[in-house]
Amino acid sequence: MTYFAGIDVGSLTTEVVILDKDDRMVSYAISATGANVTEAVEHTLGQALSRAGLARDRLNFIVATGYGRITIPFADKKITEISCHAMGAHHLFPDTETVIDIGGQDSKVIRIDGEGKVIDFAMNDKCAAGTGRFLEVMAGTFQVPIDDFGALSLKSKREIPISSICTVFAESEVISLIARNEPAEDIIRGLHRSVVSRVWGMVQTVGVPGPVTMSGGVAKNPGVVILLEEHLKKPIHIHTEPQIIGALGAALFAKKHFLRD
Amino acid sequence: MKDLGAPALFRLQQMQKKKRPRKPNPHLGPPLKCADRLREIMTRHYYLSRFVKGAKPVAWVTSGAPVELLRVFDFYTVYPENHGALCGAQKLGPEICSKAEDRGYHPDLCSYARIDLGHAFSGKTPAGRLPRPDLLFCCNNICQTVLYWYKELSHYWDVPLIVFDTPFNFKDIQESDIRYMVSQFEEMIPRLEKISGRKFSDKRFKKIISLGSEASLTWGRVLATMKHSPAPMTIFDAFVHMAPVVSLRGLPVSLDYYRILLEELEDRVEKGIGAIAKEEKRLMWDNIAVWFKLRDWSLLFAERGFNFVAATYTNAWAETIHYLNPESPFESMARAYSLVILNNNMDHRLKLMEGMIRDYRIDGLVILSLRSCKPYSVGQYDIRRLLGERLGVKTLVIEADMTDFRTFSEEQIRTRLEAFFEQLEE
Ligand code: SF4
Repeated sequence: MTYFAGIDVGSLTTEVVILDKDDRMVSYAISATGANVTEAVEHTLGQALSRAGLARDRLNFIVATGYGRITIPFADKKITEISCHAMGAHHLFPDTETVIDIGGQDSKVIRIDGEGKVIDFAMNDKCAAGTGRFLEVMAGTFQVPIDDFGALSLKSKREIPISSICTVFAESEVISLIARNEPAEDIIRGLHRSVVSRVWGMVQTVGVPGPVTMSGGVAKNPGVVILLEEHLKKPIHIHTEPQIIGALGAALFAKKHFLRD
Repeated sequence: MKDLGAPALFRLQQMQKKKRPRKPNPHLGPPLKCADRLREIMTRHYYLSRFVKGAKPVAWVTSGAPVELLRVFDFYTVYPENHGALCGAQKLGPEICSKAEDRGYHPDLCSYARIDLGHAFSGKTPAGRLPRPDLLFCCNNICQTVLYWYKELSHYWDVPLIVFDTPFNFKDIQESDIRYMVSQFEEMIPRLEKISGRKFSDKRFKKIISLGSEASLTWGRVLATMKHSPAPMTIFDAFVHMAPVVSLRGLPVSLDYYRILLEELEDRVEKGIGAIAKEEKRLMWDNIAVWFKLRDWSLLFAERGFNFVAATYTNAWAETIHYLNPESPFESMARAYSLVILNNNMDHRLKLMEGMIRDYRIDGLVILSLRSCKPYSVGQYDIRRLLGERLGVKTLVIEADMTDFRTFSEEQIRTRLEAFFEQLEE
């Protein structure tokens, strides 16, 4: 049996997916990247291998992706997360035409063709506005666990708009709103709106989408999803583990390159 | 400028410099032989500037100004934008920009302006020393920034400023526009005579006009050699080799230089010598060069078999300046300088780019969005969409400044470039 691994080293988390030759996901693992990329990769890969009951030398081809891809010396090939998210999303939801990935330090919107190849893409520029990091900082301000942040926003009855898209300025705006005793859920709803408007801008630069798949950790945030669906006027495909889509795409590329070589 | 005895000094200086042998890069073709000649011309130009004060009148000139008129009066010309590019390539952008920011100039101001003002305030430059101007000569055919920037210099040094105002071309150039521009030239001449202490000569003017036109035409032919595959040069070479047509235009040296460069390139085309080892995809660049990344990127692209063979930027000096015609020197000069890409409408730009994409058989377009240069960067997303619809060309937009790398995000840009490569390689 041949096996393939995809490793996605993002700024917040590292994911590994192991596939067999029939594209079946044998195992996966997710852990925090932290300050030491090499350690995070070793740890996550080790976890995925032990879950699959495989020794490392059983992996026939490894593709690395994500911002840390260059620091994985043993990878057979490095491919950007843009191509990998496209491929992963296409594999899970073959009708996907647009992939929205809201990640820790950047967000991207990718238009793909019927084979999962990238037609066009847009990314946020140099700033945390419209990324997962923005929401994380704000959750910190409210001292709410990030996993509950989206659900809280759904309780809002009267959304308060946040005018600043800059993370630092938005934070001081939020603090003054808190000081005025505005209800937390209304402010939080406004913060989610802010992220979604930035992302929606990117969606429009690559063209009005057909079926949409969301990847990345923020896909688990119902507050973001609901607002995006409001713009799209249709439901979004979301996998139970949206974070592993990049690693899955990398593993699919690993198989493709193994067979090609 | 034989009169200044500089060539001997220059040679002496060259002798003192030890030549480091460059290791050949396997992804690049053989380097252009002309590069040494170019370095000599440009070094000499900057070197002479140290001795020019008093010997010749000195003018600081914007890149799109009708310099041919100044040449009649024997002005030695300094191009702050060219100097800005030099500072950028030497990675001095942030340091010199901050000298202007210290005096309250906003970081959103064009970084060429910040470098130039920063240099004026601090004297910082990699070129030794630039001679103070006797005249500031500014043409607003490239942007409005230059107007305020040159006004600042004029105020700071108390130096006369001449502005040449070119009406924006919304659709077709009007006769009244031409008349308006020609009348400005007529007004300038007595002022130029006074500042330079030299008389206007019609005969000399016509000769210079021909030289300028010829240099621009020859530069156009130089660029056109890249229509061949493999292209004998890359746009990264052209970014460097454009210096004479920008800043020495109207002088015999620029025309002579492009003649030998053209000869070398034609020879390479004949022998099938490419600028990069394996030209697999051909790209076009839109906007000014990112000067501090020139070397890194020329390698990054060459490694993947991608060659930039066209750019709207290098093309700007081949597009209209050859309209110069000694038969109607003033009218043709008005036309040549008011129809440049940045003073022309979007439809024009779109058609120009469409033509280039076809002629150079372009597989992908890289658009640089440049906060410094608003007139160049406005409308780029529409251009990208329309070119995509009409020609199906794949386009990448990246953001960077041409000299100020404090806003440059290495990792993000690298990921975008690599994703673009993957997109085209499929
Ligand atoms: S704004 Fe643009 S055209 Fe004007 S000086 Fe700066 S770079 Fe040149």
